[in-house]
Amino acid sequence: MSRRLLPSGDAALLVECDSLDEVLALHDALAADPPQGLVELVPAARTILVAIDPGRLPLESAATWVRRITAGAVVDAVGPAPATIPVVYDGDDLAETAATLAVSPEALVARHSAAEWRVAFIGFAPGFGYLVSDDWPFEVPRLDAPRTRVPAGAVALAGAFGGVYPRPSPGGWRLIGRTDATLWSPSADEPALLAPGRRIRFEAVDAS
Amino acid sequence: MSRLHVEQPGALALVEDLGRPGLAHLGVAASGALDRGALSLANRLVGNPDDAAGLELLVGGFRARFEGEVWFAIAGALGGTRLDGRAIAPYTAVRAPDGAVLEVGTAERGIRYLLAVRGGLDVPAVLGSRSRDTLAALGPDPVGPGSVLEIGAEPEASVPVVGNDVAFPPPQGAVTLALHAGPRADWFTDASRAALFETEWALSEQADRIGARLVGPALDRIRPGELPSEATVPGSIQVAGDGQPTILLADRPVTGGYPVIAIVARASLDAVAQLRPGQAVRFRHA
Repeated sequence: MSRRLLPSGDAALLVECDSLDEVLALHDALAADPPQGLVELVPAARTILVAIDPGRLPLESAATWVRRITAGAVVDAVGPAPATIPVVYDGDDLAETAATLAVSPEALVARHSAAEWRVAFIGFAPGFGYLVSDDWPFEVPRLDAPRTRVPAGAVALAGAFGGVYPRPSPGGWRLIGRTDATLWSPSADEPALLAPGRRIRFEAVDAS
Repeated sequence: MSRLHVEQPGALALVEDLGRPGLAHLGVAASGALDRGALSLANRLVGNPDDAAGLELLVGGFRARFEGEVWFAIAGALGGTRLDGRAIAPYTAVRAPDGAVLEVGTAERGIRYLLAVRGGLDVPAVLGSRSRDTLAALGPDPVGPGSVLEIGAEPEASVPVVGNDVAFPPPQGAVTLALHAGPRADWFTDASRAALFETEWALSEQADRIGARLVGPALDRIRPGELPSEATVPGSIQVAGDGQPTILLADRPVTGGYPVIAIVARASLDAVAQLRPGQAVRFRHA
């Protein structure tokens, strides 16, 4: 496993990995052993930002911590049981997305709800988790023209990722369903349902 | 309970404290006062802890009436400030009698005033902070005409006796900011990396709490293509497709896909908060 430490100012460094799998494994290892003075640990597609309070943790010490951590394989079996998100699979893009992938809509829904997903990182909005799964073989192209408004709870696909829109926003992901689950609640102890590292399953339910 | 009755908010009046660090992995930026030093100073002048919530006033044109006797202080930008029509000294704790009217004039130096009231603004915290995040729409709503802001209980510390030489107003001419190398400096040509330091940049009109865009020569890349989105820090200078740099600030998106060429040192960030559109900016190595 290779990791490169890139400069990110006087209170952070950016750790770059070769793949998202390496990011996930290193993130788990770093999160399991945080030093005093660590302020942020922010995974993304190829990188993890390590932000510190330099008054409590010198940047050099943070770099040494990152270099010395041994990352194992991503172990999906540890941690709390997956959260289950009920989904009505009636998204506006379901049929067209299935056709693009040369499968039936029923088969696409079956694969989506059978897979165990993991939140890899948060994307462009608070609580917008990018989900990955070893059980998910598809690459889904984004919409050519993003929608100006996607409703909260829209269950969507883009690239190799799954996601759920936590709040109404513009968006270019393909919509395959919707959920009533609360994705983002700033007043809750855990404001984001889709926090990095969380495991997720989707369960098909009928429209009520 | 004392209160602040806002009659005119001016260009933009926001409740800010020192923000909500530690939540970037959930997509939440730290936010908080853009000029952190000015908020801390104003709080210290009235005996508050540094992180008490105050008001960040853009440009000025603010008017409010105190209910109850309230000590307050204003730091950051410099302009004509009046209490019941009488000019008051900047960077000084002032006692407002019940019913007194505070008027904050147009800033002549700098652009953001930080108003602290003894006891702090007692508005509900969201995710551990009373800061308004303008991008994520988190925290207290922007202050409007008729807003009534509760003021918290007075702290134990007395109002300290200090001279007003504890602060100096933001500079009027070119401002020099210290820069660290950025994570993607190697995506740019040698000439562009040199131009960053050799150019006298100007702050554009596109400058807010999310980012401050600079005007100058295009910074050319040697590496084309897209960068997978990665987390940024306050002060990150990202360069968009047109080659123009933007300094990302407190309310920035937590991740971005434009390469970051350099990062403004933390000690220089407060100065960015006080830049006025058109003001000259130079960079030096930190």
